[in-house]
Amino acid sequence: MAEVVDAVAETPRVRTLVLAADGWPGHRAGQHLDVRLTAPDGYQAQRSYSVASPPGEPPAITVERLEDGEVSPFLVDEVRAGDRIEIRGPIGGWFVWEPALGGPLLLVAGGSGVVPLMAMARLRAAARSDVPARLLYSSRSWEDVIYREELGALADGPAGLEVVHTLTRAQPDGWTGYARRVDEALLHEVAWPAESGAQAFVCGPTAFVEAVASGLVALGYPSERVKTERFGATG
Amino acid sequence: MSFFTRGFEGRRRDDAPEGRLPPGQYLTGGFPVLSAGPTPHTPLEEWTFTVEGGAETARWTWDELRALPSETPTVDIHCVTRWSKLDTVWEGVSVDTLLDAVEHDASYVLAFCDGGYTTNLPLEDVTGGKAWIAYGYDGEPLDPEHGGPARLLVPHLYFWKSAKWVRGLRLLDDDEPGFWESNGYHLRGDPWREQRYWGD
Repeated sequence: MAEVVDAVAETPRVRTLVLAADGWPGHRAGQHLDVRLTAPDGYQAQRSYSVASPPGEPPAITVERLEDGEVSPFLVDEVRAGDRIEIRGPIGGWFVWEPALGGPLLLVAGGSGVVPLMAMARLRAAARSDVPARLLYSSRSWEDVIYREELGALADGPAGLEVVHTLTRAQPDGWTGYARRVDEALLHEVAWPAESGAQAFVCGPTAFVEAVASGLVALGYPSERVKTERFGATG
Repeated sequence: MSFFTRGFEGRRRDDAPEGRLPPGQYLTGGFPVLSAGPTPHTPLEEWTFTVEGGAETARWTWDELRALPSETPTVDIHCVTRWSKLDTVWEGVSVDTLLDAVEHDASYVLAFCDGGYTTNLPLEDVTGGKAWIAYGYDGEPLDPEHGGPARLLVPHLYFWKSAKWVRGLRLLDDDEPGFWESNGYHLRGDPWREQRYWGD
């Protein structure tokens, strides 16, 4: 059982819930947890969400509202601080990064796929790791960029995270950054060269992950250095 | 039920026929994709299917596998990420047909795949008409995203056991955790018992 201690709006469609969970055993950057909601008549619905907070901090999940979803609209619109929800986790031991694994680190996010990658970026900053790290982040518009200000702050400083945005549907006036979908050509410009031994983590919708993962393989990344996590519209 | 979530009503899923949806699952009409790495693309002329660990190693080329008697099972599938899909139609070769070609006294198998993925299963979960090497889905060749050219199909277990891009089975005396089974997921994965994670 966990208590929602804070609910933070990230974008009009995305919210972060900070949880206080007795007995939370700690998590690694990239892991997820299961949320279970129970209606008064006992009906239950369960979903998995990536943990957004870095190891050592209380678990936080960042949820995007899917319009026809069953659980995400409740978590984004209804839940408030003080509410209690059941959680289980952390889960998963594959899609994880820690500074000892080295780098360079390439994070490629599509939409709310940025969440587990943010846990890695936050860990890297908290641990003062100097592993070179680059985030390529595809969003629909500037308003849809999750963690926008914090990403700006993570990019500052001598060993800052390099952040490259691409905005695929709408761009602010004067936008000089990328404005197209991530494909092999864009990866060729942004990704670390394959010879660097970079470790890539890719998270986003299926078609996005499919395009990025095969693009990286085409650029010479060995398959075992491209870890993927995908989400469909699962509500 | 003493605890409930304030304000949560949920959407009743009464579209699932009685007894078809395991606990904690919901129905989907789509076919979500989950995999741990890039989609491999092995040319069919280089593709083989191997059964090893028996008295002798058996190997089939793509054409040889396609020439074996095939079946078209209609089955429900259940992903550990909680979606279930009913009445999916596949085409493939029964694992019984392949294991009949090999003399062995194994108790477990480890399926191995392009991309390095593995998954472990007790022999009784892949014999007796319960498992196939599937190369067709819904009347079409199996899409690479969904495991094509061929995937293991073991529909009575969580779908991670139905290994995509399968290239062979290793016959074993003892159970040996595969990829997800080494990363927090249950050794057997029976959806009706909700065997999702370690400790379930």
